[in-house]
Amino acid sequence: MDKLINDFSFGLFFWVAIIFVILIVLMRKFAWKPILEALNEREEGISSALEAAENAKKELQALNADNERILKEARAERDTMLKEAREIKDKIVTDAKDEANEQAGIIISNAKQAIEIEKQAAVAELKSQIAGISINIAKKVIKSELASEKSQLELVEKSLKEVTLN
Amino acid sequence: MIVKLNLKFLVVLMLTLTTFTSQANDDQHSVDAHQTEAVQHENHDVEHASSTHNSHASGANDGISTPEEITAYSQHHLADSHDFTFFSDEKTGHHYGFPLPVILVDNGLKVFMSSEFHHGEAVVSKNGSHYVLHHGKIYNSDAEGNLLEDEHGHHVHPLDISITKNVLSILVISIIMLLLFVSLANNYKKGPIPTGISRVLEPLVVFVRDEIARPNIGEKKYRKFMGFLLTVFFFIWITNLLGLTPLGINVTGNIAVTVCLALFTFFIVQFSGNKDYWKHIFWMPGVPVPMKIVLMPIEVLGMFTKPFSLLIRLFANITAGHTVVMGLIALIYTGKAMLGTGGSIGVSLLLTLFINVIEILVAFLQAYIFTMLSSLFIGMAVEEHDHH
Repeated sequence: MDKLINDFSFGLFFWVAIIFVILIVLMRKFAWKPILEALNEREEGISSALEAAENAKKELQALNADNERILKEARAERDTMLKEAREIKDKIVTDAKDEANEQAGIIISNAKQAIEIEKQAAVAELKSQIAGISINIAKKVIKSELASEKSQLELVEKSLKEVTLN
Repeated sequence: MIVKLNLKFLVVLMLTLTTFTSQANDDQHSVDAHQTEAVQHENHDVEHASSTHNSHASGANDGISTPEEITAYSQHHLADSHDFTFFSDEKTGHHYGFPLPVILVDNGLKVFMSSEFHHGEAVVSKNGSHYVLHHGKIYNSDAEGNLLEDEHGHHVHPLDISITKNVLSILVISIIMLLLFVSLANNYKKGPIPTGISRVLEPLVVFVRDEIARPNIGEKKYRKFMGFLLTVFFFIWITNLLGLTPLGINVTGNIAVTVCLALFTFFIVQFSGNKDYWKHIFWMPGVPVPMKIVLMPIEVLGMFTKPFSLLIRLFANITAGHTVVMGLIALIYTGKAMLGTGGSIGVSLLLTLFINVIEILVAFLQAYIFTMLSSLFIGMAVEEHDHH
């Protein structure tokens, strides 16, 4: 301890105190203040840039979501349009089918009517022809049957027997 | 550009000085002080001086080779001096270095160059007063160089405010700091990212701000103390580092320097202390009245022990580091008998290198601890106590 006190040099202490005060003042003014300000400024800049980046990211996400939504809507719209088109197509096809069926039905019924009329006519003609033929045949038969006297008589008798007089 | 120039200048300086030291460590050359001291020992302490002299005469290499000489040399190195000597040739008595101005306050201001002392061999007369350089200190003497004594038997000495080696070192370090950090500050004018050596300094500034000041003092109040904390941190760090170079300066291992630095902390703490701080010292809240009375002197003592621990820690660490390094270098001579020349040089180099690496760490660590504790004390003084 004595040595320490003995080693204590007032001159050195004096100069260190003066130099150190001047050094602190100069360093504060010309070094630390601008350095710390620049550091702060830069840190603020960095944090604001980070914030901006974060915001941009959020915006982008929102935009993406928007796009997604629009895409979804478009897809849904397309789907409904396709569905409608399909329905319309189906409807047109069924309508056409129905009309065609109807037309066909009319044509068929007309044809049937015509056929019926023709048939009737044909049947009528056939009937008249058959009647003529059968009369002729009957004529011939009767002629041949009643060729002799005897057979004429037999017929009369027979017919008389059949006709019962009441 | 300025930064690059600075860096080159520093590197060239280091290399130049390294060659000086390598010569100084050479066997053929010897180192300055102890011859001077031996002469003065002869004057004032005959017994001791003769023993030094004898051992010197029997020394094999004409260098600093005995334990006594080594101790004397390392003590000389640890002390301040009035000239800047890089090394000296003992045979011719030539000292390589430059003298520094001596400023004495003794019936007026007396200024002269330290070369007038001829490294302690001559008596300087100024305006009827005579001065001699004795063990690195200036004393009043008579015309023949005998020290004057006062009525208590103490040697009389004038108030010495010379520009000593340490003062010059501090001035140079201050200029280096200004150059480095003003260039860092100017660097920000060019762009947000500094270049060159500033890129190394910036993280350190941020380190002091974010790891030392902010957590200890608090977000709101730390700004006011940044000037002191940053200055003291870099001052101690750069001084410690330069102390490891072959320049042979030992600023922070000087009790006057550490006392001064600790006093700065002390006054800053006391002047920035708020009401709560003083209340905690003189009338500790939350304890019974008898305890308050007991605690008061303890707390008052604590006011002084805090900066005292700062100054002793820094002083002791740096002094110890320098002493160990010098002792290990001296192993080249002391270990010669046991290990041989090559062996002792090898062992000494290895151990010195090892300790030097540790000292680089210690240089930073001490700067860190000093700044850290300063900011802790400031933080305790400005702290707001909401819970009472």
